Amino acid sequence: MTALAVDTWWLTGRRLKALVTQPIFVIVMLIQPVIWLFLFGSLFRRVVELPGFGTASYLDYLVPGVVVMNALAVNMWAGIGTLEEIERGTLNRFLTMPVSRSAIMNANVVEQLVGTTFQSAVIVLLGGLAGATYPGGPAGVVLLMLAAVLLGTVFGALSNTIGMLVRQRESIIGINTFLLLPLTFLSTVFMARELMPGWMQGIAAFNPLDWAVQAGRSALSADPDWGLVASRTGWLLALAVLSVVLSTRTFRAYQKAV
Amino acid sequence: MTTTTEGPYAVEAHELVKTYPKGVRALTGLSLRVQPGEIFGLLGPNGAGKTTAVKILTTLAHPDSGTATVAGQDALRHPGRVRRLIGTVSQRSSADPVATGRDNLVLQGRLYGLRGAELRQRVTELLDRFDLTDAAGRRTRSYSGGMQRRLEVALGLVHRPQVLFLDEPTTGLDPEARAAMWDEIARLAGEEGLTILLTTHYLEEADRLADRLAIVDKGRVVAAGTPDQLKGELHGDAVHIELRTTLDETAAGTARSALGRLPGVREVTLDGLRLSARADDGAAVVPGALAELTAAGVSVATVTAARPSLDDVYLRYAGRRFAEADADSDSTTQTPTGGAR
Ligand SMILES: Nc1ncnc2c1ncn2[C@@H]1O[C@H](COP(=O)(O)OP(=O)(O)OP(=O)(O)O)[C@@H](O)[C@H]1O
Ligand SMILES: [Mg+2]
Repeated sequence: MTALAVDTWWLTGRRLKALVTQPIFVIVMLIQPVIWLFLFGSLFRRVVELPGFGTASYLDYLVPGVVVMNALAVNMWAGIGTLEEIERGTLNRFLTMPVSRSAIMNANVVEQLVGTTFQSAVIVLLGGLAGATYPGGPAGVVLLMLAAVLLGTVFGALSNTIGMLVRQRESIIGINTFLLLPLTFLSTVFMARELMPGWMQGIAAFNPLDWAVQAGRSALSADPDWGLVASRTGWLLALAVLSVVLSTRTFRAYQKAV
Repeated sequence: MTTTTEGPYAVEAHELVKTYPKGVRALTGLSLRVQPGEIFGLLGPNGAGKTTAVKILTTLAHPDSGTATVAGQDALRHPGRVRRLIGTVSQRSSADPVATGRDNLVLQGRLYGLRGAELRQRVTELLDRFDLTDAAGRRTRSYSGGMQRRLEVALGLVHRPQVLFLDEPTTGLDPEARAAMWDEIARLAGEEGLTILLTTHYLEEADRLADRLAIVDKGRVVAAGTPDQLKGELHGDAVHIELRTTLDETAAGTARSALGRLPGVREVTLDGLRLSARADDGAAVVPGALAELTAAGVSVATVTAARPSLDDVYLRYAGRRFAEADADSDSTTQTPTGGAR
């Protein structure tokens, strides 16, 4: 157990150091959500005049959506990093060392957790600077981040699984490009549920991205629906555990077939 | 040379068989024994199974059958024990490209449990020794091929392993960097008493570096011994005589027997314009051969006498020239993803 914790610490440190020593990379990653925030914020500013948004400011409505969408958009690329480590032989080098196997996987998850939390905080801050208000207070922000991190874990782990299985950048790029927009627009990231066609509402009910938005947005609102927050967060947690188990299994299979 | 001391071996593999998915038989019963403190070369063309053998010995892959003992530990039953005692340098650069050379070494040391002053000192020592001190603070992405290779070897040495595995340590290096790497490898085995198992597909490298070597072909060892033993088993030097004109059957017979009459000359063969033979002392045979052939009316273009090379050894045991085998497998067995890692 201690070896696991120590190895996880150093291996995670390596990844975080790569982020810290390349601030450009972190900034570039943030450009996209900032653009969504301000572009969609201006474009759809007046839709809140329609019923169903439960807020007078579209920006208030949008911030949780962008936080969650960012968590998805960033973490779904995790598999490319894993693929590169496999191709380069870095992963195999670690495997010939007395390093805890679980620590190698943990480092992925912890890096994702730290990165998503940081980016989510920045988006919340920028939103606040642009005039968004968060009636749910700090507790609401924390719950939003939790939802984002869980969603990030789900897609980070799935992306890693695909990376280890197919070993092709093109497949990951293809799957991600195919998934990002449908997942976003078949959810309440930009649009209130009541304004969506019935069939879309049906699909959104099964969309993990939508679970995360619902949980985060409700927690941030003046009058959170705690039952909703708890259930959606619980579903995300269950899915995150499943995804991590799947990626760990795949990693074991990888080790058997190096 | 350590040819006479009998086990405990630093590395011992017995009848390793490994089949990859889709039925690729990478190893078909590979056995080898490496003495402590020696440089052992695994020589073979592309696709011979060298990397696969190293993967099994370094606990990365599991064979279908066979046994492997490394540094006294069973590599298949107790991989964890073996991992502490070995260092591995893979065929490619596995360092983190966005981390500095120093950071790569420090992380490696930490993962082996080194801390504090001991770690710092070891890293400084290795940077210095591999001539990387000036580049220590740079991302390894910007390193030259030679620097990356040196860093890779340094990574494998951080924890002072007993056995070092080097998979094609000089592939892709320019001649100067290759020579420097050879010196370094020889020094590691000499001064530090490290046991080194290296794979190569350069005959010259195996010849120059290895105390003993095994020639691998199609997943098994076809010959093993010191380079001199292997060449010695071919019994004598190669004498090659290039003729000016092709000979008819009677002239060919005359030429062959003229050459065969000389003392110590054997295995005379004629292939087109090329008359070849083995001789105990090649150089001594040359004048006599010229005289005999001229007397028999055969006109000679060139005569060469050479010590047997590992290429001759390879030809003898694998039944084809090394370069041919290498070219063959280049065009037929390379997988699109590079297969071997
Ligand atoms: N992961 C793999 N999956 C399937 N086949 C593989 C894999 N790795 C190697 N092979 C195949 O096994 C055989 C032996 O490969 P190996 O990499 O051990 O050879 P090698 O002697 O190291 O060659 P090289 O000089 O090219 O590095 C080759 O035919 C290769 O294509
Ligand atoms: Mg190889």
